[in-house]
Amino acid sequence: MEGAWEIAFVLFQVWLSIVVGLIVLPAMFGVSLGFTDIYIRVLVKTLEWATLRIQRGQKEQPTLPSQSANGIIEKDDGSMEEEIGELRRSHPKNLVGGDFTMCDAFYFCKKGIENIVEDQVTQRFTSEELASWNLLTRTNNNFRYISVRLTIIWGLGVFIRYCILLPLRITLAVIGLSWLVIGTTIVGLLPSSNAKNWLSDLVHITCYRICARGLSATIRYHNKENRPKKGGICVANHTSPIDIVILANDGCYAMVGQVHGGLMGVIQRSMVLSCPHVWFERSEMKDRHAVAKRLKDHIADKTKLPILIFPEGTCINNTSVMMFKKGSFEIGRTIYPVAIKYDPQFGDAFWNSAKYNIVSYLLRMMTSWAIVCNVWYLPPMTRQDGEDAVQFANRVKSAIAHQGGLVDLSWDGGLKREKVKESLKEEQQKMYSSMIKCLFSPNRIVNY
Amino acid sequence: MGSTSSTLLKIPNVEVLMQETGFSPAHMIRLHDRFKALDKEGRGHLCPQDFGAIKELAMNPIGDRIIGAFFCPGKETVDFHTFVKILAHFRPVDKNRPKEPNSPEPINSRSNKLRFAFQLYDQDKDGKISRDELLKVLQAMLGMQVTEEQLESIADRTIQEADLDRDDAISFEEFRKSLEKVNIDHKMSIRFLR
Repeated sequence: MEGAWEIAFVLFQVWLSIVVGLIVLPAMFGVSLGFTDIYIRVLVKTLEWATLRIQRGQKEQPTLPSQSANGIIEKDDGSMEEEIGELRRSHPKNLVGGDFTMCDAFYFCKKGIENIVEDQVTQRFTSEELASWNLLTRTNNNFRYISVRLTIIWGLGVFIRYCILLPLRITLAVIGLSWLVIGTTIVGLLPSSNAKNWLSDLVHITCYRICARGLSATIRYHNKENRPKKGGICVANHTSPIDIVILANDGCYAMVGQVHGGLMGVIQRSMVLSCPHVWFERSEMKDRHAVAKRLKDHIADKTKLPILIFPEGTCINNTSVMMFKKGSFEIGRTIYPVAIKYDPQFGDAFWNSAKYNIVSYLLRMMTSWAIVCNVWYLPPMTRQDGEDAVQFANRVKSAIAHQGGLVDLSWDGGLKREKVKESLKEEQQKMYSSMIKCLFSPNRIVNY
Repeated sequence: MGSTSSTLLKIPNVEVLMQETGFSPAHMIRLHDRFKALDKEGRGHLCPQDFGAIKELAMNPIGDRIIGAFFCPGKETVDFHTFVKILAHFRPVDKNRPKEPNSPEPINSRSNKLRFAFQLYDQDKDGKISRDELLKVLQAMLGMQVTEEQLESIADRTIQEADLDRDDAISFEEFRKSLEKVNIDHKMSIRFLR
């Protein structure tokens, strides 16, 4: 009995030293031993093979055109004018004048039914579906049993992900977070000086690097020369809480957020000891002016780190960018936009907060293959004269969407919780009324 | 492997449903997922507010009527069965389907699609679109953008053109005749991509 415990203990020590030696230490120094690259390459080859097997298995069924994974139904891209125009052309009287016909309602009817089956807003809050399968059953509805070999590979994948990768990743995450709390507390004891700032940056970056390894994250940074500078505001599209780890791997930011309790609260409190972050009490969040003032004060101080804000206000599924809330764009003048795009092939990073809580989400992340993403630093943008906050926000949003290859939507992310305004319906009615020409010639004499 | 067969089994009477509507198993699963997504409180049925929560539908001028089409008169809830059967109207027409003399007309036939559209107009379901009913639809589609007189003149003109038996209302046959050249299959069908 005693012997068994001793052996277990020794094994545990060996395991821990391997992990620390081969992963944690290189991570802290920003050195890569190349394991992740080999892993990703093997993974890509395996997934390609799996896709081919499935396509072969599906050859008996008629193949559907492989569209972008964003929609499940075909939508006509025509405007209201084009669609209704087409409907009217087939009317027997062929009214060139463009008058009301009963088939006009077909356009609205079809649009309505399309939206019942799939709408632009809800769609952005469910995970992107992949056209091919990446051996994770969670990502696709369409696949059935194809062959024994594929099932075996899938089973092997499950084993690797849950029994090998998951414990490793949990160990790394625990090490990373403990290091953050301990390190920042120690640095917090030092008097304010340049050395303190430098050490604080070091602690933060090394912790985030360890966490990134804990997710098998491969991040490619583009245009590093545009990296956010002190006293600026960094703005990025939001897909999941992991965005913070992704961005903080390559620079130090002051975080902005609500004060939490529990483990998050401990982390938040210790982070603040070594360098200033902006944490709000729940009650403060309601007062927009108080929030704006605190942020303004922070960026006015040029020695403080750039603040990191996600203006969408909520997690979107990384296929599009939703409306940016104008608050962040009213505070300061120089905005550093950053676009983050995850590669869904290796793991879906989107946090569907309605479906999963943070713990199940993190577990899903740690049992995915890997997180692969691209980060683009865009050149800094300032508000032009005569441009108001909303227009500025939209300009930044378009730049981010364009760079990241995401769809630029004007829907408000908050819409998933609120009702639609009457004015939107009126716009539809206005557009339609402009298509009824007889309304504009009141003196027309009707002849039959 | 894959969650298809297990998800299909969760849907009651799925075989019968697939046969009546003609949806494939993959489409059934998508519609079921959609049904569950709309049914935010997990009650197993939908009520008008669940439809109303769809933003684009709320701004559709005839959105209320479309929602109303799902609910049988007197009923305030829609179960998955009815949901799918109504949506089946919008399946593309099966061009290769053999014409069996005794089988019932498929839900997505041209005639049934027209009937669905007809019922959007004919709210009291008396088989005719009266002048009043036409006015109501016009008002929904045009809102505050037009005056009463303009609406009335449009309605008068439309009835005059389509009403062949001069009873001041448009029956289903007259409706069908006036729209016989319209490509119903294209304009009243929704194609699944996968």
